[in-house]
Amino acid sequence: MTGRVVVTGVGNPLRGDDGAGPAVVEALRGRVPDDIVLAVSDGEPGRMLELWRGADTAIVVEALRLHPARPGELHTLTAAEAAGRASGTASTHALGLGECLALAEALDLLPPQVVVHAVEVADVELGTGLSEPVRSALPELIERVGASVRRAREGEHQRPASGGAPLP
Amino acid sequence: MSHRGTRVLRLDALARVEGEAALHLRVQEDTVTEARLRIYEPPRFFEAFLIGRAHTEPPDITARICGICPVAYQMSACQAIENACGVTVDGPLAELRRLLYCGEWIESHALHIHLLHAPDFLGRADAVELARDQRAAVERGLRIKQTGNAILEQLGGRPIHPVNVRVGGFYRTPAREELRPLAERLRQARDDALETVRWVAAFDFPDATSDHDLLALCDPGRYAIDSGTPTATAPHDRTPTPREFAVPDLEQHVHEEQVPHSTALTAALDGRRYLTGPLARYAINGRWLHPVAAEAARDAGLGDPLAGDVCDNPFRSIVVRAVEVVQAVEEALRIIREYEQPPRPALDVLPRKAVGTGATEAPRGLLYHRYALAEDGTLTAARIIPPTAQNQTAIEADVRRAVQACLNRLGPAADDEELTRLCERAIRNHDPCISCAAHFLDLTVERT
Repeated sequence: MTGRVVVTGVGNPLRGDDGAGPAVVEALRGRVPDDIVLAVSDGEPGRMLELWRGADTAIVVEALRLHPARPGELHTLTAAEAAGRASGTASTHALGLGECLALAEALDLLPPQVVVHAVEVADVELGTGLSEPVRSALPELIERVGASVRRAREGEHQRPASGGAPLP
Repeated sequence: MSHRGTRVLRLDALARVEGEAALHLRVQEDTVTEARLRIYEPPRFFEAFLIGRAHTEPPDITARICGICPVAYQMSACQAIENACGVTVDGPLAELRRLLYCGEWIESHALHIHLLHAPDFLGRADAVELARDQRAAVERGLRIKQTGNAILEQLGGRPIHPVNVRVGGFYRTPAREELRPLAERLRQARDDALETVRWVAAFDFPDATSDHDLLALCDPGRYAIDSGTPTATAPHDRTPTPREFAVPDLEQHVHEEQVPHSTALTAALDGRRYLTGPLARYAINGRWLHPVAAEAARDAGLGDPLAGDVCDNPFRSIVVRAVEVVQAVEEALRIIREYEQPPRPALDVLPRKAVGTGATEAPRGLLYHRYALAEDGTLTAARIIPPTAQNQTAIEADVRRAVQACLNRLGPAADDEELTRLCERAIRNHDPCISCAAHFLDLTVERT
């Protein structure tokens, strides 16, 4: 075990609420130990797999579109849950996080611990800035990601944060 | 949907196409009557976003149009601004830019070949399924991709949205010895890239011929990447003399117009449908391939590029891409071998009231930028013509042709699922980049 912990904010700050993941990562700078790897990514699998190389824990922060939507609602998913949600319908840039996790699993490149924190989005049109519901949810999302970092550091197994709405 | 012999296929979202796009196909009995590709195109957003910004900003801002080809946007933007300001970046700085661009070609092509396109030829649903039974091939693809990524990290400062590029050159240039580890990785990547050419050459390709005009930069003596003269050919018109025009004249030849079914503009070259990208580049620049890449092309059944053989089967574009990876690797190795650190990391680019243009070869095709500057460098106009918009009409024609060929073979009995798969394949041949997509997970749940 290397103890390497990688936090990746997946998203595009120029697509409204899709910038939530990167915003969380930026907010964590200076608030987590220096050896925690903080990265922003568009989710492209080659680069995600490279980021995760040698990591014990991968914490991913992602935007989530649900139908019907409750913008700002937070969810915590395991790798298997997220991989099982490979989009198929919404085409994402190259491959989505779901496909990326499934690919990592197929290539035995999945870190031993993976947790996905996601926030339901309201608006992903071109433009900067988060919608009000997502902005309001950000402090709690940051807190949850921070808690995952602490648990990873303490060597605890990842588990969904209490209070997270489980996915049906 | 079926109605009195008419059926409509809708692909509301295309799997394994970067970004967002949808296809609408109408079939009456055994005839394709309509093929409309709808794409959402962000460069228009960026054109508006750039107005009022400083002349130093377009490289950083436009890099965000595409996560897969940010360097292409940076290079075309830099050229256009420098052109407006009367500055020419050459020598080692230009070579470093070309090296950075090679990294992007390697990375982008490796992604498309292995994770997006190959599953089509091997009957696999996606890269995940491919990785389960052709693990070595997918691992090889990721290895090649990581080499391109390493070049971007070394020269660009970080793997996505490089931050080290500026108008006039770079913020910092590497010393010779800093590039040595890259050369070691590139030598491994050369073996991997040659293996990839052999791998894709053995795929089973549907018979298909496209007859689009072709447009690519031409830079006599070397395979065009970051510079050259826009050059067009119409290979099937038996008018083999290429037409050339200067970059600043591009908008006189390439006309874009709005069509009702897409937010993107569609383009015509002197009134004709045309294609830009690997097939066009290969047709126009093939004779200047590096000997190793040319030999790989010959061995892969593409004919002899040095004798002017072209590839007109869009399904074989995956082979051309693989050859271009070999070319980019060889070119990167050459640049590193000959590199001397320049005395200054950037030239001064002082603003002036002027208009400038720039064009480079993005992995997906010719990418043109034009900017108008006020005296203090403030941008008063911006124009970006990306490859996908230029290719949209040609892609629609290819889809129509592929589906029609299938209907001719199978008659009206061809099932929707098979036609849908064929449409997706015909579109993925061109690697359209409808970039700046959002990256959310997407799902539907029942809530009571």
